[in-house]
Amino acid sequence: MASLAASFGRGAMTNHWKDIKNADVVLVMGANPAENHPCGFKWALEARDNRGAQIVTVDPRYTRTSAVADRHLQIRPGSDIAVLGGWIRKILEERLYHEDYVRLHTNASFIVADDFSFEDGLFAGFDEATSTYDRSQWRYEMGGDGFVRRDPTMENPRCVLQLLRMHYSRYTPDVVASIAGCSAADFERMSEIVCSTGTAERVGTIMYAVGWTMHTVGTQIIRAAAIMQLLLGNIGRPGGGINALRGHANVQGATDHAIVAGSLPGYLTMPTPAQASFAAHVAAYTPRPLVERTVNYWTNYSRFMVSLMKSWFGESATPANDYAYHYIGKPGGDATWLSMWDEAHQGRMRGFVALGFNTLLAGPDVKRLVTAMSNLEWKVVIDPFLHEAAEFWNAPGVDASQVQTEVLYLPAAHWIERGGSFTNSGRWAQWKEAAIDVPKDVRSDTWILSELFWRVKELYAEEGGAWHEPINNLRWDYANPREPTLEELAREINGYDLTTGRLLNSFAELRDDGTTSSGNWIYTGSWTEQGNMMARRGTEDPSGLGFHHGWAFAWPLNRRVLYNRASADADGEPWDQTRAGIRWTGSRWTGDVPDFGATTPPDGAGAFIMTEEGVARLFTTGLVDGPFAEHYEPAESPTVNILHERVSVNPTVRWYDGVRESLAQNTEDYPYAATVYRVVEREHFVTSHVPLLVEAMPDFFLEIPEGLAIEKGVPNGSRVRVWSPRGEVEGVAIVTKRIRPLTVNGRTLWTIGIPVHWGFKGITTGSMANSLTPFIGDANTRCPEFKAFLVNMEPV
Amino acid sequence: MAQLPASGLAIRRMSASSTPAPGIRSEGPEYAKLVDISRCIGCKGCEIACKEWNELGIEPTENFGSFQSHRDLSADTWLLMRFTEVEVGGDVAWFIKKDACLHCAEPGCLFACPAPGAIVQYENGIVDFNQANCIGCQLCVSGCPFDIPRFNPATRKVYKCNMCIDRVEAGLEPACAKTCPTNAISWGTKEDMVALGERKVEGLRARGLANAVLYDPPGVGGTHMMYVVPHGDQLDQYDLPADPTAGAGALAMLGTVRKLGASALGLGLLAAGLHYLGFGPQVPEEDAK
Repeated sequence: MASLAASFGRGAMTNHWKDIKNADVVLVMGANPAENHPCGFKWALEARDNRGAQIVTVDPRYTRTSAVADRHLQIRPGSDIAVLGGWIRKILEERLYHEDYVRLHTNASFIVADDFSFEDGLFAGFDEATSTYDRSQWRYEMGGDGFVRRDPTMENPRCVLQLLRMHYSRYTPDVVASIAGCSAADFERMSEIVCSTGTAERVGTIMYAVGWTMHTVGTQIIRAAAIMQLLLGNIGRPGGGINALRGHANVQGATDHAIVAGSLPGYLTMPTPAQASFAAHVAAYTPRPLVERTVNYWTNYSRFMVSLMKSWFGESATPANDYAYHYIGKPGGDATWLSMWDEAHQGRMRGFVALGFNTLLAGPDVKRLVTAMSNLEWKVVIDPFLHEAAEFWNAPGVDASQVQTEVLYLPAAHWIERGGSFTNSGRWAQWKEAAIDVPKDVRSDTWILSELFWRVKELYAEEGGAWHEPINNLRWDYANPREPTLEELAREINGYDLTTGRLLNSFAELRDDGTTSSGNWIYTGSWTEQGNMMARRGTEDPSGLGFHHGWAFAWPLNRRVLYNRASADADGEPWDQTRAGIRWTGSRWTGDVPDFGATTPPDGAGAFIMTEEGVARLFTTGLVDGPFAEHYEPAESPTVNILHERVSVNPTVRWYDGVRESLAQNTEDYPYAATVYRVVEREHFVTSHVPLLVEAMPDFFLEIPEGLAIEKGVPNGSRVRVWSPRGEVEGVAIVTKRIRPLTVNGRTLWTIGIPVHWGFKGITTGSMANSLTPFIGDANTRCPEFKAFLVNMEPV
Repeated sequence: MAQLPASGLAIRRMSASSTPAPGIRSEGPEYAKLVDISRCIGCKGCEIACKEWNELGIEPTENFGSFQSHRDLSADTWLLMRFTEVEVGGDVAWFIKKDACLHCAEPGCLFACPAPGAIVQYENGIVDFNQANCIGCQLCVSGCPFDIPRFNPATRKVYKCNMCIDRVEAGLEPACAKTCPTNAISWGTKEDMVALGERKVEGLRARGLANAVLYDPPGVGGTHMMYVVPHGDQLDQYDLPADPTAGAGALAMLGTVRKLGASALGLGLLAAGLHYLGFGPQVPEEDAK
């Protein structure tokens, strides 16, 4: 998501599920939607059967998605940027890009200042001492008019397109093959399909998921995909895009509402200690325009932020007190998953509240997590199930008598017992009803959190205490203050005109003078005076493209395809008349809800309204590890980086204490690549309590390639042990032809597949896959590198 | 007269009965299910829906080195997703097949059954087992060219997919078709499903799958669960017999022996003999009509 924001301006799936039916090529990479998104995946099959689209998979395994795909390319876990880089090279070298689109809608023509360079695996500005880049060395060259200098011919050697060409010239088919382990011929066969959509008449989409994000270079893998899709002119168009498939029904909703550390609702930014005043905070996130005629929508940051503060603190947020800016925390540290548990591991955390989260099974290096949790004084688990994280002292190999942590378990209602909204991958917020009643002695999350709030407030009243204002001044005007309804919360999120009490229709109505409120500006319009827009169930689809504006509510503003201005050319004519996103009639835009001024003429502004460039970014300063994506090896890799041996791994990753020592030191002891994943029969860890689903996939297993099984004497269905320096697992071997040997940097490499669904609770128990995975993560997001590590294996 | 499970449906045939039963006659279409293997992702949604709707028991099972949930069909598992890894032109392929009763137009099970009214074929094409009349002889198992019916030693009865006949009678599609997330299972009149199947096969051939076929084998008079098979040249890998027959005529010639069978004498001997006959060459049959 960080990557999509850096490339296009918003961190969300660009298109939506049904839109996949409009594609000509569906590239599935870093995802296995047949397995993990079976309902949405049908739209890929619709594209295939109705349009003759090709579905292709690129994955370390031949998956259930591959089973219905037209072509599959097996690659090594963690080699995705090499493969994508190979395609970018091919597109540039063979001029397969959509030239008019690239010139009009990307920063390809922007001139980059001379201090930018890339040498021996490092971009300009690297500081060895802190392992960080000075990103001011990746900047545009500014003209005398205060705007970026551009070369519309895109011939200037310092323009983004030419720098891109130079950067990826190293990614030849042979280099790609040597890194990814496939043959150059197989790579090229796949390239012919993937690189075929750089025209007005053809559109390709990408379906990806955590197979891309869960790497030390996860954000940059998605950046590489963004670069490729921009070159092919596939962003903003029906049937195109980069589609981030979210792994639970409401991950998108949770992300929108600030589940990511460092984020406030609606992708506003958590203040830092350096931002002492509200004005300083707003200034930091209100970008200056870099070209003439750009919407640069983040200039409205203050309106969204003031409205959020009014939503939280009501009358107590006033212009005089900086809208209660000093009530909200300004954490200086890094509160990502890995950093948080590292704090606990080092004994610097007292307590932890886990809300709907199996914190033991869901993180890397279970042994380290058990140690970290044992260092807590207390832990609260709020969950429908008494799961492994609530009983971490019972994990295999743990001496419970040595664990002093007090664990409180609060049984909470499951979403199936609750109404409310789910926001799916395609940003559709859909209202739902409770399917069954909440069981006796179980409470809703809203009840639990309200009680927590009231009891803290009561403690302040009884005992006094420091910094009580945020609690005492929190706006809490619900009909039943002990348990707000989801309807009340949804209206609060939508926001009000505080002078009239009217529910707002659009975030364009938000003001920074304290007269409006909104709990999350991107959801403004989801519950208006006309009612609950998320509960709409209109099935009309006049365009035939699946926009369905009368169905539920898609943020922002019920827009179905983001950046849809880019689906049209300089005159506002669709690139493809049969797949028009929006079209300029001479006075206004028609089609989808325009991602552009409704009456702004085509040349009135750039197509990407959320960027200060007005266009999409092939080159960005938005990420900590480089303006272009570069292949770095996984932290635990079977090979040195053949592109630059001295900088093998992403130089900006954060190394937590003791993690270097916990990695495999050589490939003799740990010769096999490994990756983890889910299976369709199970949904993470929750379904281990559902008898029919356990019956459908009963036991923990390990996928062992047939050739390796023969070599090591592993009959199908026998038991094998797999271990990394961090732990071991044991399970039934599924000996398979679907994983073939690779040739990586001249050496044969086998890949072992490991599903994640088992633990020591549930109907059937089994090894925890994350006993094996390394405690290291992406340089930007700290998303753990679950997807590529090393193991050894033997028959039991 | 044998007791029948479903009341409102017109009957075409009943086991061990030489004349059709006097059912309630209705002009209704013949239904069929079409399984498009090229759209099936093997999610087992159908398998689970089948168990839920029909209230089948949960069986203790274990992973035996496969993505498949059970080794085989059983009295409690009427639908099983079978996973087979094969090589097609040097590339690996994963054949995933929904295995369950095909509801033959010429049902070998029914022809083999010696118990009056234990197996019924309705005018709508559904072949249903009526356990109340089943004597547990398992001749239906031998008579089935697809190896579908399964005996439960505890109840001493034989079970298989009934096409959710209770749903169909109420105007609904079978549970498996209802639940399929990728629309790999279609439900409609036999005529419509054949036409749809043929269109799908044409589409697959246009995509380069030259051997795609519609599996609706004439040897059993066609079936009411048909498959769109992407690799029709490898039917054996899908466990689909190339030319299955019901052997009904051969069995019909043994009408008197069948009555003997019904008296439960010499069943073992008969089973062996009938198994052969069941898979023998098809002879045009008159009796069952």
